[in-house]
Amino acid sequence: MKLKINGKTVDNVKAATVIELLDELNVHSGRVAVEVNLSIIRKADYDSFALKDGDAVEIVNFVGGG
Amino acid sequence: MEDKLIIRGIEFKSRLWVGTGKYKDFEETKTVIEASGADVVTVSVRRVNITDRKSENLLDYIDPKKYKILPNTAGCYTVEDALRYSRLAREAGVSDLVKLEVIGDEKTLFPDTIGLLKATEILAKEGFIVLPYTNDDPIMAKRLEDAGAAAVMPLGAPIGSGLGIRNPYNIRIIIETAVKVPVVVDAGVGTASDAAVAMELGCDAVLINTGIAGAKDPVAMASAMKHAVIAGRLAYLAGRIPKKLYATASSPLEGMLL
Repeated sequence: MKLKINGKTVDNVKAATVIELLDELNVHSGRVAVEVNLSIIRKADYDSFALKDGDAVEIVNFVGGG
Repeated sequence: MEDKLIIRGIEFKSRLWVGTGKYKDFEETKTVIEASGADVVTVSVRRVNITDRKSENLLDYIDPKKYKILPNTAGCYTVEDALRYSRLAREAGVSDLVKLEVIGDEKTLFPDTIGLLKATEILAKEGFIVLPYTNDDPIMAKRLEDAGAAAVMPLGAPIGSGLGIRNPYNIRIIIETAVKVPVVVDAGVGTASDAAVAMELGCDAVLINTGIAGAKDPVAMASAMKHAVIAGRLAYLAGRIPKKLYATASSPLEGMLL
């Protein structure tokens, strides 16, 4: 399926859930926050939350800041 | 003598708080934080680089078990954005702490205090420990406290300006009469004496990023700031002498050869 991840369109996503998407992108799930269509997905729901074609996903983490 | 800083039950070991922006790499960030002695570090929330997964994570260098991670909402110009970033930060992090910024202007990075007040009220109700970055206005500091702020963070001068504490009188009024919550000077501290001045005024802590990161030798400046904050706090607690125009001799007149 096609997802918009961090503002970029990504084709051929195989992942069906948030946790599978993080695995597919090689992102450590413990240090990020995930938003799907502007709703934050709780860490406890990563393995059950189903992604749909066209979803807008944001994956954020902490960077240096003041 | 016990002199602990406690905000909403969280005990802070250090009265110097440091930012993690503008360093050349995570290794330097780590070395500087260690030299500063700070146990609070601010961070920002940004998109993960999904195309280059070799890029390291800041938290690989700053252990959240050892340091209190204080996420900011830097770059947010609206209440909605500040709420969104705060909620994402809570989900990505380990605590309810947020250094709330609602910026009003790109050139000065002064806070939009009307938006800040709204966002503080909403986030406090959601259980966040809100530390709003505000201007040096005692009335606004009081409004923020009433809205549920756990501390207030008035600016000494614009972010990254290094101009020092431009309005020590207002900062003193904020501390002495405007609010009961802790006061943390945020922004403007350019060198050790600025940090000492903030602490001598009675601030509970000082947050510094550019003043350290932008120095020629950030590690040495981190150490200088650490000592300045300790010295300033001790001087505040010791109680300085009143200023007066004319001299008072330190040596006795009695016993002089006259």
